[in-house]
Amino acid sequence: MTILSELQRTSRHWSKQRAPHPSDIPVLRVQDLRVAYDGRVALEGISFSLHRGDRLAVVGPNGAGKSTLLKVIAGVLSPDDGKVDVFGHEPGGHICIAYLPQRNQVDWRFPVRVADVVMMGRVGRMGLFRNPRREDHQRVHQALETVNLTDLADRQISQLSGGQQQRMFIARALAQEAELVLMDEPLSGLDVQSQEDVFVILDALRQQEVTVLVSLHDLEIAARHFDPVLLLNRQLVGFGPAVQVLTPENLLHAYSGHLRLVETGEGTLALGDTCCDEGRHAGEPR
Amino acid sequence: MMDVILAPLQYAFMVRGMVAAVLVGVVCAVVGTYIVLRGMAFFGDALAHAILPGIAVGYLLGDGRRGSLFWWALVTAILSSLGIGAISRNTKIKEDTAIGIIFAGTFALGVALISTVRSYSVDLAHFLFGNVLGVQADDLWRMGFFGGLVLLTIWAFYKEFMVLSFDPILAATLRLPVRLLDFLLLVVIAVTIVVALQTVGVALMVAMLVTPAATAYLLTHRLAVMMALAAALASLAGVVGLYASYYLSIASGSAIVLTSTAIFGLVWGARSLLWVRD
Repeated sequence: MTILSELQRTSRHWSKQRAPHPSDIPVLRVQDLRVAYDGRVALEGISFSLHRGDRLAVVGPNGAGKSTLLKVIAGVLSPDDGKVDVFGHEPGGHICIAYLPQRNQVDWRFPVRVADVVMMGRVGRMGLFRNPRREDHQRVHQALETVNLTDLADRQISQLSGGQQQRMFIARALAQEAELVLMDEPLSGLDVQSQEDVFVILDALRQQEVTVLVSLHDLEIAARHFDPVLLLNRQLVGFGPAVQVLTPENLLHAYSGHLRLVETGEGTLALGDTCCDEGRHAGEPR
Repeated sequence: MMDVILAPLQYAFMVRGMVAAVLVGVVCAVVGTYIVLRGMAFFGDALAHAILPGIAVGYLLGDGRRGSLFWWALVTAILSSLGIGAISRNTKIKEDTAIGIIFAGTFALGVALISTVRSYSVDLAHFLFGNVLGVQADDLWRMGFFGGLVLLTIWAFYKEFMVLSFDPILAATLRLPVRLLDFLLLVVIAVTIVVALQTVGVALMVAMLVTPAATAYLLTHRLAVMMALAAALASLAGVVGLYASYYLSIASGSAIVLTSTAIFGLVWGARSLLWVRD
């Protein structure tokens, strides 16, 4: 079974057979999604859809399943139940979905330069035994220009700052000609200026009708820069415009014990506690 | 001076040994680049040890012909690499533990099989530490053919292996056949080990795979350059090692590995002195 599907995938890859992109249907449709690891439910009952040019923030506490959701949409992880459609087809048939990894999961000492990494986005289109052609080099050049990294194209990737690293991955998605870009925690660890740089590029992507899906910790950034917003805690707590989703009741429900709401004169202040990896907190048993 | 260089070359076995050492050095270094970058050193070491029972069976059944040893070793290497993959994928046991179990078990089986023969210790030493000066012309042809096949594969799938090693999730979203490529790399490593078997033997194999590649890793920021540098350093170690072996009368396999280690030490030391940082 796995051998058969692997062979199918191989022949699809090398025959360059791709799913079509009809314009009259949602870019992404997730229906009643369920994912479990070793019997533990990571995601359950998730349904929503996105249209061209939407910029979605996925927020929720650690361990809410944000990364899992992104990987299922990327077609890297199979759901146990439910369905993910990208342009009406399963994600595995597309090479227009870019997944940008969390920066701490990348081997920054790998011996490649910035331009090499951006060129990697072209590999799906080049085909076997083919070297990059003129069009490939042009795409890489354009992508580097868009994210303002042309001067650093020959640098080894470990010599970049956090913001530059993030922009390099966006350039890779551009070189890939991605129409759906999934970004896992792209803003964590970036200073305010670098975050602003990223949003300038994201605005440009929106103009090109690229759909972007970003997982985030920061509720304020989500409310200010994104529409729609999806609040997640293994289940879908809310989906829609930020004002409708990030309500005190929803936030309390999603973050349960890890969030305190403080009433101030100007409104409600949400104090989030999302400090730690894998939803574990200092002193908590594993 | 010329005499020092030319004297060993009047022996045909020395010339054949040099050719073998360079050929094996190049193939191991290029493949070793991926082993270093993907953190597979323990896997490579284990795989080299795990082929011993295959060699033993070939040795007991065949009438000492090297050709049959080669095929037995090849089949065992491929089966062992698949076995390690299957155990770590299908149980909760972590990969390094799975490697440890397969590695020690198969190695013990190999020693047990060889110990049934009377001249056991001499033959075992050859398998463990290699005998590059015993390489015959037909061995060289076989090494050249399979070594060439390995290099051709690495060249043909260069960009695919690079993407897979740097960012497996990208490889998956580009819909590359990830499992197939992973499997192909394991087979390539297995074939490389069998090609190198006669030069350094089972026990020192891991040095051929990782030391030149690691030295090159300290010197460059580009993958293709790292492969070329590793190949050059490995060739140098092969030639210098065999001269050292000739003049100092030390075992050829260990002379090659020690030279390689010394080159790594020099590069590492020079970098530390010059305060080079990544």
